[in-house]
Amino acid sequence: MRIPISALIGLFFTGLYFSIAIFADFISPYGVAEIVGDAWEGPSATHWLGTDTIGRDMLSRMIYGGQTTIFVATMATLISFGLGSIFGFFAAVKGGWVDQILSRLVDLMMSIPTLISALVVLTVMPVTLPILIVVMGILDSTRVFRLSRAVAVDITVMDYVEAARLRGERQLWIIFREILPNALSPLVAEMGLRFIFAVLFISTLSFLGLGVQPPMADWGGIVKENKEGLSFGITAALYPAFAIATLAISVNLVADWVLNRTTSLKGGRG
Amino acid sequence: MHPVVKLVAQRLALGMLLLLAASVLIFVGTQILPGDVAQSILGQSATPQSLANLRAELGLNEPAISRYFSWLFNALQGDLGKALSNGQDIATSMGSRLGNTLFLAISAAVVAVPLAILLGLIAVRYQGRWPDRVISTVTLATVSVPEFLLGYIAMFFLSVKFRVFPSLAAINDGMTFFEKLNSIALPVLVLVLVVLGHMMRMTRAAILNVMQSAYVETAELKGLRKFTIIARHALPNAIAPVVNVVMLNLAYLVVGVVVVEVVFVYPGMGQYLVDHVSKRDVPVVQACGLVFAAVYIGLNLVADVVSILANPRLRHPK
Amino acid sequence: MSDALLEVKGLKIEATAYPPGEAPRDITIVEGVGFTVEKGKVLGLIGESGAGKSTIGLSSMAYGRGGVRITGGEVFVNGRDILKVGPSGLRALRGREVTYVAQSAAAAFNPAKKLMDQVIEATLHHGLMGKEEAEARAISLFAQLGLPKPETIGNRYPHQVSGGQLQRVMTAMALCPKPDLVVFDEPTTALDVTTQIEVLAAIKRAIVETGVAALYITHDLAVVAQIADHILVLQGGKMVEYGTTDHIINTPAQAYTQALVSVRSIDHQEKTGGAPVLSVKGITARYRGTKFDVLKDVTVDLPEAQTLAIVGESGSGKSTLARVITGLLPPSKGEITFNGRTLAPEFENRTRDDLREVQMIYQMADVAMNPRQTVGTIIGRPLEFYFGLRGDAKKKRIQELLDEIEMGEGYIDRYPAELSGGQKQRVCIARALAAKPKMIICDEVTSALDPLVADGILKLLLNLQKIENVAYLFITHDLATVRAIADSIAVMYQGRVVRYGSKTEVLAPPFDDYTDLLLSSVPEMELGWLERTIANRKMEAAGN
Repeated sequence: MRIPISALIGLFFTGLYFSIAIFADFISPYGVAEIVGDAWEGPSATHWLGTDTIGRDMLSRMIYGGQTTIFVATMATLISFGLGSIFGFFAAVKGGWVDQILSRLVDLMMSIPTLISALVVLTVMPVTLPILIVVMGILDSTRVFRLSRAVAVDITVMDYVEAARLRGERQLWIIFREILPNALSPLVAEMGLRFIFAVLFISTLSFLGLGVQPPMADWGGIVKENKEGLSFGITAALYPAFAIATLAISVNLVADWVLNRTTSLKGGRG
Repeated sequence: MHPVVKLVAQRLALGMLLLLAASVLIFVGTQILPGDVAQSILGQSATPQSLANLRAELGLNEPAISRYFSWLFNALQGDLGKALSNGQDIATSMGSRLGNTLFLAISAAVVAVPLAILLGLIAVRYQGRWPDRVISTVTLATVSVPEFLLGYIAMFFLSVKFRVFPSLAAINDGMTFFEKLNSIALPVLVLVLVVLGHMMRMTRAAILNVMQSAYVETAELKGLRKFTIIARHALPNAIAPVVNVVMLNLAYLVVGVVVVEVVFVYPGMGQYLVDHVSKRDVPVVQACGLVFAAVYIGLNLVADVVSILANPRLRHPK
Repeated sequence: MSDALLEVKGLKIEATAYPPGEAPRDITIVEGVGFTVEKGKVLGLIGESGAGKSTIGLSSMAYGRGGVRITGGEVFVNGRDILKVGPSGLRALRGREVTYVAQSAAAAFNPAKKLMDQVIEATLHHGLMGKEEAEARAISLFAQLGLPKPETIGNRYPHQVSGGQLQRVMTAMALCPKPDLVVFDEPTTALDVTTQIEVLAAIKRAIVETGVAALYITHDLAVVAQIADHILVLQGGKMVEYGTTDHIINTPAQAYTQALVSVRSIDHQEKTGGAPVLSVKGITARYRGTKFDVLKDVTVDLPEAQTLAIVGESGSGKSTLARVITGLLPPSKGEITFNGRTLAPEFENRTRDDLREVQMIYQMADVAMNPRQTVGTIIGRPLEFYFGLRGDAKKKRIQELLDEIEMGEGYIDRYPAELSGGQKQRVCIARALAAKPKMIICDEVTSALDPLVADGILKLLLNLQKIENVAYLFITHDLATVRAIADSIAVMYQGRVVRYGSKTEVLAPPFDDYTDLLLSSVPEMELGWLERTIANRKMEAAGN
């Protein structure tokens, strides 16, 4: 199987970011909260990316920040996928009032912008990592629900699903053997997009001061901490921009490839 | 009654219902969730006595349903309550900020909408060739970066390095219209970049979809010019999807505004909301949430109604 | 040469294919095609899907659909090579000298504009007439084509008129600028048979009265025989045979043409008597949420190992009957007896044996098979599910079934996307047979296939009936198929069975009005059939 160049690049960088996140403790030259120099030192041999607003090593902050951001985004994506796809498939296969209730509930949740909903909830909830993850996961599951329901509805009207029903197959067999294999590629591609969205979302929350709390580092928080430096021409606050953009683009490239590869059914089981 | 009138009336009623349900959701989000508002405001070290006092003051001892209805009826009469943090009337403080936010959002929309449609048309006209690719690549890059970072990148280069625009978007009533515009140039630029990507891509897809339909081929086989075909045959059918795209992205803009206002310290609704979330000022957050939800639902409603009005099957029933 | 309106020489057409996961490559879809159309004459282009007939038809307007490019040859219209006239020359040609009638008029009309504006658009654009004159011409064409209310139909929007009418409006649109040549691209294929004959007659009359030349593209030789002076037979983008209509129909020289002409010559000896395996008694049914009965008091029997054909046009309720029998749509009245037992109305409440013994084959084999399962899995699942076959025993049985459907070895591990249309339908047949059913419901199983492939499927089904003793409930709109396969026939019209009996009874006079209309509307492969039928109908109408 040939993998196109764009997908290889995407796979490489996605893999790289995830490895850095997983092995942050071994790679990072300094501790996340360790003060090792003066404020906003420029890049040097000891501090490749310089130091931050209170003299912590920027590279270590970025590595640990990436770990937090990627961890939170991954967990939130898993929750949103778990909830969204299970309920989405369920609504599609069951139909009738089950579908109606679930779909209207999701319509309602989507009638308020996600960021606003998150802000409202975080006003009264303590801002901790588990709560952030759950709130993000639930809010984003509405989009996964819509997609998986739509995909599954398209598949359930196919004659081969009807044939399976008329054969007397059980509901679970129909979901897992007839629907899921055909729904997988759009869902996997969507997973990539949801993950990117989660990265942007947690970064935004942290930037607003409502996400990951100090002294933990994350990419959004790093921007917030170092934004004053910009007026003096210090670019520390822009490093996360680079990290987020490259991660987002790499994941996008992989998702595109997954979608393209499996929409053509010739020859392989996606 | 003409079926279109009926449908539009139905959609309007549905929109109102949705807004009502959204208000319930916002209320539930702040009042009934396991978190205790009084505890959140006063923090873990609060004494039981001060907690009880605050609960009584907030009316937390009454049943949730009656609290919801008194909140809703007051809100309907324009009374959004008082802020916990400083005791100011929310409706009053919100008034000028809402105006500022709308000024910012509308300025961004005035630039972004025509630009996105123009770029979308260019991309369709040169589909697959370099103008299309350049536009698509650049817009992909802008949507991969969060709003606040776009804001700082723009600030760093345009204001710190080259000093083209002021870095902070201070605005007050004493300024002339053009001073105001100059002051908000950077936030507008960022908002435009944020929505442009999505809007242009969706416009491109919508127009391409129409251009591939059989009736466009029919027009081509009549010997019409490309421009005539687009103007006479593609455009009337592309209006509904394009308006939909625009409305969807304006709704997106509403959210983008929150973050961009914080970046540029702009005295609008977004900053107001974020400030009071940190202060755990529940009445302000509720009020802001309701206003944002109303705008968002309203824009989606407009999109719905336009697509009904633009549908010939509904306008001219059998 | 003096009278040649359209002359095509050595035409070569290419397209770019984008095979997934591979580099795009150019493929030749038409090669070495040449023909001539004289003023006022009609040339029929005929072939199966993929023969390149539409592509060739559009080349007379120098138009390539999608990524299709004309890369070789010459196309002369009125003496000039239109491949060399440039964009403005092409605009002057299209809609003025050559016009086009598409297969699906419903899609080819702009939904947002009134019919009249679209009909006279080309005429006005090319400055051929003033607006009033053009509208007057359009109205007279509407009348000529037998459209109801010709004065006002132009004020309607496309979705406000029926498919058959829209096809005639499109013909008027093509004729309005008084072109020299009209390209008809399968104009009647999407229509019901009783509508098709009317549209066909209207088109023929219009061609004769306006004296316009035409390219008539179709896959149905019987249709083109009614309308064309010459016929060009195409296969895989190459010319097979080219001659007068008389020659092609009556004395074809090439084997492929002979096969096309003799298609549906299956001789099937009708079986009678026998105990019914299926009895449908007094079935009335409607879809949930509607107030209209799609089936009204339907009663039919299907004897063991025989074939009952359910014939009707779209909307007759024939497919709904299949849904009721399978238990997908419980009837509001009536009952179904199968094999002596009464079947539960909903399939969920039926026993596994009941489900096993009634199998179904669908019209679109493409969507009747899970694209992610191999042929082996598709055929193997019923074996596993009903008979508990596993491992080698299952594999052996799958191969037996593949042999039965004449596909042989090497297909077990293939995916549906790797099969041809006919092979896909065969796999669906094997899947149905795997359950060892007493009855198979065949819902338009040959309608989506090319005639020769369909013929093969019908022969296979007849053969399998003898071997497996299975009964068929055969739903179709195509009377030729019915003649080939049925033992008894039920004709359905608007939800009722209007005629029911053995094949010979049903197909022999005296007819009821609807069956008469239906039977006489099926094009026959002989010259002059259309004129005779229309003349007969006029005489009958005058007699009444």
